[in-house]
Amino acid sequence: MWDYTKKVMEHYENPRNVGSIEDADAVGEVGSIVCGDALKLTLKIDDGKIKDAKFKTFGCGSAIAAASALTEMIKGKSLEEAAKITNQDIADYLGGLPTEKMHCSVMGQEALEAAIADFKGIKLQAHEEDEGEVVCKCFGVTDTKIKRVALANNLHTVEDITNYTKAGGGCGACIPRIEDLLEEVWRGETEKRTAGTRLTTVQKIKKIEEVLNEEVRPILKRDGGDVELVDLADNRVVVRMMGMCRGCMASDLTLKGLVQDKLRELIDPTLEVVEDERA
Amino acid sequence: MKERSVYFDNNATTRVAPEVLEEMLPFFKERYGNPSSMYNFGGDVHRDLDRARERMAALLNCHPTEVVFTSCGSESDNHAIRGLVDAYPEKGHVITTKVEHPAVKNQVPYLRRKGLQVTELGVDTRGNLDLDDLRGAITADTLLISVILANNETGVMSPLAEICRVAKERGVFVHTDAVQAVGKVPLDMQKLPVDLLSFSGHKFHAPKGIGGLFIRRGLKIRPFIIGGHQERSRRGGTESMPLIVGIGRAAELVGGKLEDENTRVRALRDKLESGILSKIQDTEVNGNPDKRVPNTTNIGIHFIEGEALLLAMDKHGICASTGSACASGSLQPSHVLRAMGVPFTSIHGSVRFSLSTYNTEEEVDYVLEVLPGIVDHLRDLSPFHSMADVEAFGA
Repeated sequence: MWDYTKKVMEHYENPRNVGSIEDADAVGEVGSIVCGDALKLTLKIDDGKIKDAKFKTFGCGSAIAAASALTEMIKGKSLEEAAKITNQDIADYLGGLPTEKMHCSVMGQEALEAAIADFKGIKLQAHEEDEGEVVCKCFGVTDTKIKRVALANNLHTVEDITNYTKAGGGCGACIPRIEDLLEEVWRGETEKRTAGTRLTTVQKIKKIEEVLNEEVRPILKRDGGDVELVDLADNRVVVRMMGMCRGCMASDLTLKGLVQDKLRELIDPTLEVVEDERA
Repeated sequence: MKERSVYFDNNATTRVAPEVLEEMLPFFKERYGNPSSMYNFGGDVHRDLDRARERMAALLNCHPTEVVFTSCGSESDNHAIRGLVDAYPEKGHVITTKVEHPAVKNQVPYLRRKGLQVTELGVDTRGNLDLDDLRGAITADTLLISVILANNETGVMSPLAEICRVAKERGVFVHTDAVQAVGKVPLDMQKLPVDLLSFSGHKFHAPKGIGGLFIRRGLKIRPFIIGGHQERSRRGGTESMPLIVGIGRAAELVGGKLEDENTRVRALRDKLESGILSKIQDTEVNGNPDKRVPNTTNIGIHFIEGEALLLAMDKHGICASTGSACASGSLQPSHVLRAMGVPFTSIHGSVRFSLSTYNTEEEVDYVLEVLPGIVDHLRDLSPFHSMADVEAFGA
């Protein structure tokens, strides 16, 4: 049995806004009966505002609850406000969803996106979902969608991707491809992050000295060890281990696990720390 | 709303019979001795071990030394297949089916990693195995065919006698996962030339944590749990006396109720099934209705999703299960129903009702009264009411 929150159960048992608006201004249809869940969202829009929202869902308890929650969340909102709603917002509204059921919130968000696009006369789902390469053949999930959901929800593992998009949850043949996509997404993000705050070499050296002094040395000194910065070439930080750290069997661990981790965390995730070979 | 409880999920597990519990209790209390000990503490518990084995053997009509107690059906399935494969390293081929319980199905990747070839035979739309497929799959290298006797999801029974005949002609061993058959249909090991048969106590009113494996006398097989001399060195580990006594008593009890199962329980199942089919539109039985254990029905309800249905039934105190993906977290619907080619409009809405001797006609009537309203409600929520809706969706 799933651990649904009271709010999920309450929305499942008494779903709000069930139905289909006859003369709807916007319709969003996502999912499919083959995959096991589908959602049809119909909206009445007036003066840029969502006057009414109704839904029909084929799916499990949490799919029904997520759709019900979505309609409550968007009624009365302007299209601009509604467009900002994320799948996490839907899950939060319900007091959270089991991780394995997060895809229900994604379906809600996508139906809303589709409906808004429909209103604006854009074939949005086509640009978002269909134009990518289909990665998961079991559930028809594209690389574009996997990347978008990974970024939006800060997902780093294949398991997370499966919980949010279903991709990889069928035969599993696409799992290596999802791993590649995740690597691609997060490598790109790291580069973007570091590009924005690119330090000069002098700044970098200063920062490294600062982190070593404040975060690393105090820990090493407790065991009678020490470290000093020898050189910096691009992102290669050359250090010398001193005192008890010299020749310590665990110096490798200290170097990577402490020195490098701290520098990466606080300065630049691409830094690589190596020991001075002349030592 | 939940003022009562109707338990129609006996293929998942059954209640422990009060008579069973009563016999077990002394072995949790004063009679805690180890049956291997040399003293008479607790009054010769090894005699109770022997008696439980005799009772189990009586249910299967086999010799008591052919019964090995294990911790569960899954252990028995692992013991049977891996024990046999280990005993015959010169053989490289195993045959099984696409509708096995995970305890057999998920051994397939293991066997393949070990370098064995595995053939998984398909079934037709009613869940029937084709004997010609089996004949065609057997090679000189084939060691074993492992086939489920009564399918846990549909209740459909494999033609085990015929399978044994085909296999024996070619010198192939036969294992059957009979977890859902033992206690529901009469089984006679003198007549059924199967080599290995797995069973599980909690499916016939013994507690969880006890199962067993019938190993035909003379069969060469390696132990799965290596340890002491228990179970004639076939299964190491100190015997769980309370559970063994429990399964023995349960075997005796259920042996006396096979007639009730085949008449009264069957009639209840049939009434429930025909009632649902007639009261609710767009429903159908999954699995060959003529070749099933008497207690199980699997019904496909088109255009609704099973987990939502179970949640709603639970509100009314009705317990059943579904082959829907959403209920399991696996994201894909039941492999058994997929192997049968159950249509996608009903595969997510498949419900299994499995009865037991403790169920009553009044409970069946209650379900028949409540279920149509639940289905109507979910269909009102659903965007799909026909194939035309499905085709038009998202277009």
